[in-house]
Amino acid sequence: MENNNAPLLEMRNIKKDFFGNQVLSDINITLNAGEVLGLVGENGAGKSTLMKILFGMDVIRETGGYEGEIRLNGQAVKFATPFEALAAGIGMVHQEFSLIPGFTAAENILLNREPTKRNIASEIFGPRLDTLDYKAIAERSAQAIQKMGVQISADMVISDMPVGHKQFTEIARELSKEQLKLLILDEPTAVLTEKEAEALLNSIRSMSAQGIAVIFITHRLHEILSVCNKVVIMRDGYVVKESPAKEIDVPEITRWMVGRKVEAAASAAEVRKFDNAPTIMSIRKLWVDMPGETVRNIDLDIKEGEILGIGGLAGQGKLGIPNGIMGLYEAGGTVEFEGKPIPLNSPRKCLDASLAFVSEDRRGVGLLLEESLEWNVAFSAMQIQNKFLKNFGLFSWRDERAIHAVTNKYIDELQIKCTGSRQKAKELSGGNQQKVCLAKAFALQPKFLFVSEPTRGIDVGAKALVLEALKRFNREHGVTVVVISSELEELRQSCDRIAIVSGGRIAGILPASESSEAFGALMVSQVI
Amino acid sequence: MDRTDMEKTLENRDLMARFSFAARFGLPRTIIAGFVLLLFIMAPIVGADLTMQIGNVINRFSWNAVLVLAMVPMIHSGCSLNFGIPLGIIAGLLGGTLSIQLGFTGPVSFFMAILLATPFALLAGGGYGWLLNRIKGGEMMIATYVGLSSIAFMCMMWLLLPYTSPTMVWGLAGKGLRTTISLTGFYEKALANFLAIPIDPANGLYFPTGTILFFAVLALAVWAFFRTKTGTAMTAVGSNPLFARASGINVDRMRLLSVVMSTWLGAVGILVYQQGFGFMQLYMAPNNMTLPTVAAILIGGAAVNKASIAHVIIGTILYQSVVTLTPTVMTAMIHMDVSEVVRIIISNGMILYALTRKVKGGSK
Repeated sequence: MENNNAPLLEMRNIKKDFFGNQVLSDINITLNAGEVLGLVGENGAGKSTLMKILFGMDVIRETGGYEGEIRLNGQAVKFATPFEALAAGIGMVHQEFSLIPGFTAAENILLNREPTKRNIASEIFGPRLDTLDYKAIAERSAQAIQKMGVQISADMVISDMPVGHKQFTEIARELSKEQLKLLILDEPTAVLTEKEAEALLNSIRSMSAQGIAVIFITHRLHEILSVCNKVVIMRDGYVVKESPAKEIDVPEITRWMVGRKVEAAASAAEVRKFDNAPTIMSIRKLWVDMPGETVRNIDLDIKEGEILGIGGLAGQGKLGIPNGIMGLYEAGGTVEFEGKPIPLNSPRKCLDASLAFVSEDRRGVGLLLEESLEWNVAFSAMQIQNKFLKNFGLFSWRDERAIHAVTNKYIDELQIKCTGSRQKAKELSGGNQQKVCLAKAFALQPKFLFVSEPTRGIDVGAKALVLEALKRFNREHGVTVVVISSELEELRQSCDRIAIVSGGRIAGILPASESSEAFGALMVSQVI
Repeated sequence: MDRTDMEKTLENRDLMARFSFAARFGLPRTIIAGFVLLLFIMAPIVGADLTMQIGNVINRFSWNAVLVLAMVPMIHSGCSLNFGIPLGIIAGLLGGTLSIQLGFTGPVSFFMAILLATPFALLAGGGYGWLLNRIKGGEMMIATYVGLSSIAFMCMMWLLLPYTSPTMVWGLAGKGLRTTISLTGFYEKALANFLAIPIDPANGLYFPTGTILFFAVLALAVWAFFRTKTGTAMTAVGSNPLFARASGINVDRMRLLSVVMSTWLGAVGILVYQQGFGFMQLYMAPNNMTLPTVAAILIGGAAVNKASIAHVIIGTILYQSVVTLTPTVMTAMIHMDVSEVVRIIISNGMILYALTRKVKGGSK
């Protein structure tokens, strides 16, 4: 029996851990029919996990389920699969499109739920052979599009559509389900132009007017304020703030989003000034075509000897900067290192110029998983600088003894936990793998080091060690280090200056001692 | 999150598996080795001459080892199993036929054959490597078709090319090469007779010291190559091409080099085979070399992207033992020749097993 007084959705004391790593703690959210709830938080705050729980995604069940209770219309529910969630009236539009490119919008909207007509074959062999009723399909998809309040062509093939229309098709698909009561939109505007985003906001309003509740996840905070009734801010797996949208503004949201451990600002005391130091690298008009991390137009000067942090929200292009300069993704613009231009799109040229890069994709790019630590540490230095080679006149061999020695040196120095230098890299834990990646870069003895997401996916102890090692490397060898990280607090603890990337551009550069709020404001300033 | 956990489970399983001997030595290798051991035990019981059997195995090993060695460079660079070895074999056949056509005889004709085969191997290997660089991920299938189509093409060419040497062309027509050409007087046993040690001279059984030495030199060269800077880079390319690229390695060039090496070794390999066997086989014959060669290195314990000289030696010995011993033992036991059946089951089963176990390091 539906209880009409109960809210549409209640999430009570939701808890979730991934193998002892608590990602959600005591989440309580209530949502009434027709309400629009804005869910914001930094990457890793737990937004996606929460939505996965609500939508009954397999990942949750496979990793041991969750604690707490979800009530829909006053009735406790527990979805084992997304299908059950769909049947209960919950729809979800994911960040990635799930559309069939060769089908029209109408066909995609009603895929597998097509209205059908009976025919001779289906009379004999059953309903699987029914004919599709294209007229009804057109009608019903038109209704769904109508409901959304946006004009898109129902018979256009998906592959011909601009990206915004694809997004609308996804939403229309959810809307065409009559039982839909709650729609989850996971960063739907991330790929939209401003105009399309505005249209989407309008359609959210029109859905809400029709009694459909919407959970809206986005990094564009002004959108939240313009469309939502209520804002829920998450940080580190907790709901830190819940407020009606009318009573909150963008600066306050950012403060709640990033404002953890404000007291940690004390450690930023050792910020050094490099105003008079020479510029070691100067980047002009850099663009990088890295999927999901497009860099549009970066101008940046890096001073010799400093640790520069590059922060920003995911997808804003901060990862594209090192990947583009080091030649792993197509890039353009000019990069000068020590006054000499560095040719782009050529990893070898960068390495020859004494640049080094620790990739964020540890297992994909950073390591030879199947090989020994010795190979991982020594390989680049051997190939680029002919180190660790023994010369026999006509040919030269790997100098196994030198490789062994250097690997052991870094195992000691970085406290890499392993059974020995001949252990395979894939057998190490994430944090220790990261240290091997650092050792590989250190072995190159570079003048300039890019470190991308050095602490992603590693535990607290290893994080501290990795950051400490970077600091020491910078201080003792005078190496200029650029750290790219999503974790603002870590940047503030280890860097001298922090540049914030937003919308593929540098939104601003501040000393690390600046307040979290100032960085937060920069992060969302040009989000597209 | 879910993927890393899955990987963790897999790693744990790998660690556990290490404690078992079979897993460490490789399950198929253990089975085949057990089977070979059984055959060796059975041979004297069913009345076969063990000395002769062992002599045969050694000889067949010496014929085939270089061909199996030709798998190694391509496996190292991640081009996976060289199903296109017929291309190298054809280069070897061209070298052999040209050497005879140009009138070389005796052991000289063998080394001339290698010399003459080299430009063909480099050229064909270059084209083959260029092709494989364009279809990364589908190497094995394309390689198979490269092998088959080059055989078909050469079937026509063997008839059309203007060879005139009376030892090679069809007797009546006076043109077009024969399907099988005897190498007596040319390079038959060119290597094997060098320092040959008699085992059972009455039955013509000698220890082919020269051939084994020749293989040893080539194997040593390949082993040494993989200890150089370029060899190390090649292995890294096979292990994780993205890593190699980020370390400034030209991935395509390394792969191309490995294919050229494999093709050249294939050319030399078939010449070594012929000098032991005593005949040169043209037309469809190269096709019959592919599966046994691939199967041999897999039995040796190689994976689709990992292989060593030890794998070559162990694999060739095991495979050739099965091939030589089964007919003797089986025929004596059940009075029926099932050797061909066993051979086919082992070759194809081995390859099938390896392909299902194709586990790639790194991410997608």
